[in-house]
Amino acid sequence: MDWQGQKLVEQIMQIMLLVFAVTAFVAGYVLGSFQMMVLVYAGGVTLTGLITIPNWPFFNRHPLNWLDPSEAEKHPKPQVTVISKKKGSKK
Amino acid sequence: MHSFGYRLNGLLTFAVTILALMCAITSLSDNFNTPSPSAEIKIMNINWFQKQPQGHDEVSLTMNVSADLQSLFTWNTKQVFIFVAAEYETRKNSLNQVSLWDAIIPAKEHAKFWTHTSNKYRFVDQGNNLRGKKFNLTLHWHVMPKTGKMFADKIVLTGYSLPEEYR
Repeated sequence: MDWQGQKLVEQIMQIMLLVFAVTAFVAGYVLGSFQMMVLVYAGGVTLTGLITIPNWPFFNRHPLNWLDPSEAEKHPKPQVTVISKKKGSKK
Repeated sequence: MHSFGYRLNGLLTFAVTILALMCAITSLSDNFNTPSPSAEIKIMNINWFQKQPQGHDEVSLTMNVSADLQSLFTWNTKQVFIFVAAEYETRKNSLNQVSLWDAIIPAKEHAKFWTHTSNKYRFVDQGNNLRGKKFNLTLHWHVMPKTGKMFADKIVLTGYSLPEEYR
């Protein structure tokens, strides 16, 4: 998944869970059935999981352009010179 | 949301947190229920009334308990536990409570009932104060929820008394 996809998926997950929670509570309250509330919510969590967890291609529409390995070899990493610091005298 | 496991963990944690909130709201919704229960207890017979070898009075009685507790049930009720207690005063204790009978009502359909029964638990006094004693019979109930707060209340029925002599 790319960065845009990750952000989208997180939003979808939060909104879907909240919507299902409210729907489940209203359904349970109106029908007078605690079991109905739990079933609707469990179904909602599973559905949200199926949509947001796997790496669907839909979420990879802005892929990152990783540098090609053969191109990377042509531009070696610059050498980093290590400067050793001397500790100052303590007062 | 960087990997499968990360997203799975995020989803499950959020889902469980929301579930906890739903349970809290469900329990709060029970406060909107205004119950109107009714009950009647008749003592049909005093089976026997003896002084036990240790010196304590004991009485066995048969009673008819009838009640309509249907209004106590909500969508969040698992069961209602009820018990009948005899309450009386003695010189030693300002309040004695002796549980005589209890039952579990699992569903609203069973909440309107009557039962003709002798006391399930022994009606024994701490001492021998029961002769001619006036007592109340209270029907207590505990509404046990599927999630959240338990409500308990009672009806006090007065006017009962025990015989003056052992029999």
